[in-house]
Amino acid sequence: MRRTNSAPSRPRIATIWLGGCSGCHMSFVDLDEWLFELRRHADIVYGPLVDRKDFPEDVDAVLVEGSVTNTDNLELAHQLRARSKVVISFGDCAVTGNVTALRNLVGEPGEMVYRVYAEHPDRDGQMPSEVIPDLLPQALPLHHVVPVDLFLPGCPPPAPRIRDALTSLLGIDDTPHGIRFG
Amino acid sequence: MARPKRPNVPVVIDGHEVMAYPDDTVLSVAKRNGIRIPHLCALDGVSVYGGCRLCVVDVAERHKLMPACGTAVAEDMEVHTQSRTLQEHRKLILEMILAEGNHVCAVCVSNGACELQDLAVELGVDHVRPDYQFPRRTVDASHPKYTFDPNRCVLCTRCVRTCSEVEGAHVWDVAGRANGSYLIADLGQPWGEAPSCTWCGKCVAVCPTGALAWKGKAVGEMRHDPNLVAFLTSARDEGEWLDRETM
Repeated sequence: MRRTNSAPSRPRIATIWLGGCSGCHMSFVDLDEWLFELRRHADIVYGPLVDRKDFPEDVDAVLVEGSVTNTDNLELAHQLRARSKVVISFGDCAVTGNVTALRNLVGEPGEMVYRVYAEHPDRDGQMPSEVIPDLLPQALPLHHVVPVDLFLPGCPPPAPRIRDALTSLLGIDDTPHGIRFG
Repeated sequence: MARPKRPNVPVVIDGHEVMAYPDDTVLSVAKRNGIRIPHLCALDGVSVYGGCRLCVVDVAERHKLMPACGTAVAEDMEVHTQSRTLQEHRKLILEMILAEGNHVCAVCVSNGACELQDLAVELGVDHVRPDYQFPRRTVDASHPKYTFDPNRCVLCTRCVRTCSEVEGAHVWDVAGRANGSYLIADLGQPWGEAPSCTWCGKCVAVCPTGALAWKGKAVGEMRHDPNLVAFLTSARDEGEWLDRETM
């Protein structure tokens, strides 16, 4: 994966956390010392582990954790698609909706929010009203919202599987490890 | 009709000539000869259903795809099991099965030991193209020993056929039509209140997913035993439990 513009530059990798539990990022951190190896081959330009507010331009590959579950996620999904060459659905929530989409079975988000907050014994019937983004009618897999190039299933994808995806993308020599949901 | 001592019907599968018994199906002769045809609803020891359609194959001179599990062999039949088209069809069929239910591997008792999950890996299904249906289905935990989670049910009817044909109880059946079909116990009452259930657990043993499971199993703990039925029926046929002296 080479960027075509101007002087040769290092691949730019981003990670992003939409509607998920951060477990996929935990698994990413589980790459342990191999993260140093990754750093030798690419720059990690955005993500929960990077101190930067806005999703940058000219990203070569982005690992997207989580389903598209609220208006914020939706905006970010379109933004990351427009600014990245390779979009990777990172983990079962991004690939299938997974646990975050279980709320779709409860019906309209209003009903679900009521059930979680108002009926919760420890919350005194308070409903969230400020700052948080509106929920979409359903939590959706990323590829049902924007085109996705690669899928990395798993809940979470084990670190070796993440390594496989990144090594084959970046052309690093390594041994592959296999895929599955769950 | 008793089987001849040796298979005597020549069939060509993917260019290999194999010998079939006259009562073989394409799937059974392929299986005996180590030719893998992906399948889900087919189960050795019970009747053919042909509902999942994953085992579709191309039979020369027939103008439509045939399910290998329900297609009888014929002399010099030429079968193709692995064309690009067939692989694409199987992939889409599996994706539709996944989209139709609520298959959440991460919170399933059968995670890691599930035929549906393994088929997804085998067929290269790494995402589902059709829209997920997110049907609203209620778990039946009324039985003292087992649970039934219709969210994970693929309506393969293995449990229906096993309960009816092997246990002889016919607790399970399918109600409704098309994508509104669902599994019922007896006349649609909670499983725990179905008087015909003998608690034998064969339905649980043969379930390919986590739909039928032992109570008390946590995520990834369930192990099914689909070979149980073939073991039981062949042992019955062979009279293995009869006293040989008095036979």
